[in-house]
This record gives sequence, structure tokens and C-alpha cells, in this order.
Amino acid sequence: MDKIPILRMGAFLLVTIQVDLYDRLALNLEADLVQMVNKTNAKGVLIDISAVSIVDSFMGRIIGNIASMSKILDAETVVVGMQPAVAITLIELGLPLKGVHTSLDMEKGMNLLKSMIDETEEDADEDQTADDFIAE
Amino acid sequence: MSLKTHQLLKNKKKNILELWMKNQLADEGLREDLISNDELRSQSEELITALVGNLSSENFTNFDADEWSPVIEILGGIAITRARQGFSPRETGNFVFSLKEAILEVLQQEITNDPTVLFQESLKVNRIMDSLSVVTFETFIKGREEVILRQTDEITEISTPVIRVWDGILALPIIGTLDSARTQIVMENLLQEIVETGSSIAILDISGVPAVDSLVAQHLIKTVSATRLMGAECIISGIRPEIAQTVVHLGIDLSNIITKATLASALAYSFKVMRLEVKKIGTISKF
Repeated sequence: MDKIPILRMGAFLLVTIQVDLYDRLALNLEADLVQMVNKTNAKGVLIDISAVSIVDSFMGRIIGNIASMSKILDAETVVVGMQPAVAITLIELGLPLKGVHTSLDMEKGMNLLKSMIDETEEDADEDQTADDFIAE
Repeated sequence: MSLKTHQLLKNKKKNILELWMKNQLADEGLREDLISNDELRSQSEELITALVGNLSSENFTNFDADEWSPVIEILGGIAITRARQGFSPRETGNFVFSLKEAILEVLQQEITNDPTVLFQESLKVNRIMDSLSVVTFETFIKGREEVILRQTDEITEISTPVIRVWDGILALPIIGTLDSARTQIVMENLLQEIVETGSSIAILDISGVPAVDSLVAQHLIKTVSATRLMGAECIISGIRPEIAQTVVHLGIDLSNIITKATLASALAYSFKVMRLEVKKIGTISKF
């Protein structure tokens, strides 16, 4: 049975989809990825779909699901390298993937994730100092 | 009897050609600016040779016969060239009609003794020549349609250029009405270019769009969403006050789209996003 590998890189998880996703594979990926986010306490998920040339509404929904689930587990999802044809198909299907961050390539996606995590950490730091201040 | 007619036409080919040329040259609508007399003569001669050469008693009344295909081919070729050269339908039609005149005139001269035969033969010639006219018009219109089709293609091709205004910034000025087909082309071109150049910002300038209704707005929103899916940001610029008014009156929600009044302000915004700065250098300047 095919399985899509999930790689860990620092605080991020990398998923490169290099085969056409059929429904069962996508469902497995969804389950595995959520497990993995939970286990590794990842802060971000990068999904590379540059090799995917065919999508359907189910695929679109799975990607949306992964993003929402990761969000609940405090990890941001960035989809990188979407093909023009895929983007047009998703729009025509009425799936603008709200809540999913997108990026042109892996590098930009990584930078985006980093900047997002920096921001949240800064916010956390600020909260901390504010708390400290009140404590004092 | 009909055997006599086609033989007669064969024998009198020279006469017919001369008469035909005379008719054509006497016509007020003769376009010497579009076609030279020599060229006209060679065209006419080619057609008449094919016409009388293929005539026989069997096919004289049957236009579906295979023998007619070379004649139709030649005539079609002439009609298509004329459509491209810009002849009017009347001028093209007269080309065939004057041939009919010439043939009828020759028939009249030759068959003098029996009016019944003359009438019957004239009818047959009429029928044949009418079929030829129909062929001429069909091909003429086809030629015209080809011209129109080519122009339409060219317009769609040149009307959606994607311009690289800065490293990482693309601009796409849209001129003319946006319909579904054009949006598709615009979207495809833009997304393709985003992938090729790795640009992170695209500016869609709609100053050349005459009117924005709910359908056009929906097309714009689609394009922006697709760009966003690719991982790039899309800004809509060049929104005129009238367009802003219609958009609000129609109740179209453009609040999740970055909109700017001019291309310049869109570019300034892009610079800000990319953390670029444009500043004046030095103090001495001609401007």
C-alpha cells in the first residue's frame, strides 16, 4: 500500500506529494499528518503539491481539513507550488481554500512559516512581559 | 440537343472569354486598384478553360457530378482571394454573373433558328451558372469569416500582455470588456507567468475596462483567488469612481481584495510589502 512520507525538519513537517492522490491515500495522509503533528509538536506543516496535476473537490476538501485540524493543534499549514491548472480548477469548483496559506515554492513557504512562528512567539513574549509587569 | 450546347460552348470559348472580359471591363465597379487587368484576364481564362473543358452532355444538367469539382475548386480559390483582398460581395458576384451574360449572348447569336431550343438551353445554362454563383458566395463568406476569426484571435492574443514591472512584481493591464472566455485567458496567462518568474505580487489594472457588472466582478474575484492559491498576492488597480459606485450599488463585496485607485499606488504598495524603497538621490537634478 502506498504511503506518503512525512518528513520532520526542525519545528516543521514536510509533505511532498509526488503521486496522484486517490481518495484512500488522501484520507490516510490526513490521519497520519494529524498524528504526526500531535506527536512531534510541530509548529508548521508544508505541503508541496507541485507534482500534482489533477485535483477534485475531495482533494480540495482534504487539504482544507488538514489545515483546520493542524490549526486546532497549533500548527500553520502552507501549501506550496500549486500548478496554474490546479489553481483554476479549485476556483472553478468554488474551493478558494480559505484558511490555508499558500506560497510559490518551498523556500518562500519556509520563510512564510518562519515569519508566522516568529510573530506568534513575539506575541507570546509580549504577553509574558505584560504578565511579569503585572506580577511586579 | 444539350450535346450541341456544350460542344458549342467549347468551340466558342474564345468568343465567350472576349465577351466576358468586355463585360467585366465595362462594369463601373471594376476594381483596378485591387486587381490588374492582366491578372483578371488570367483568372477568367483559367475558370473558363476549366468550365468548358469539363462540360459534357451527362453533367451539363447535373451539378453534383464529379467533373464539376475542378471548376468549383478554381472558383472557390478566386472567391477566397477576393474576400481577402477586400472585394465587396457585389463585385465578386458580378464576376460570375458577367460570365453568364457572356454565355447567354453567345447562345443567342448561335441559336437563331429555334426560339424553343434557345429558351431550353438558356435555362440549363442559367441553372449551372446559378449553382456556380452560390458556390462563389459560400466561399467568399467563408473567406471573410476566416479573416474575422483570425482578427478575433489576434485581439485576444495581444490584449492580455503580462508585464514584468519589477523583479517579483507583475502587472496585467486589462483593456476591453471582461467575459468568461477572456477571464480564462487572462487567468491562465497570469498564473503561468507567476510560475515562470516566481513573482509574489500581481497587479491587475482595470482602467481599460469600460464597465464592471456583477459577472465581471465575479471574474475578477476568481482571478484574485486563483493567484492567492498559487501563493502570490493580487492587487486590483485602476478603479474609476464610476466603477466604485456601481460595485457598491450592486452590493459586490470586494473587501477581501486589495484595491488601489491607480497603478502607481499599487506599485507603491507592492514596494512596501517587498520592503523596497524608492528615493531621490543627489540634490542637483534637471527635473
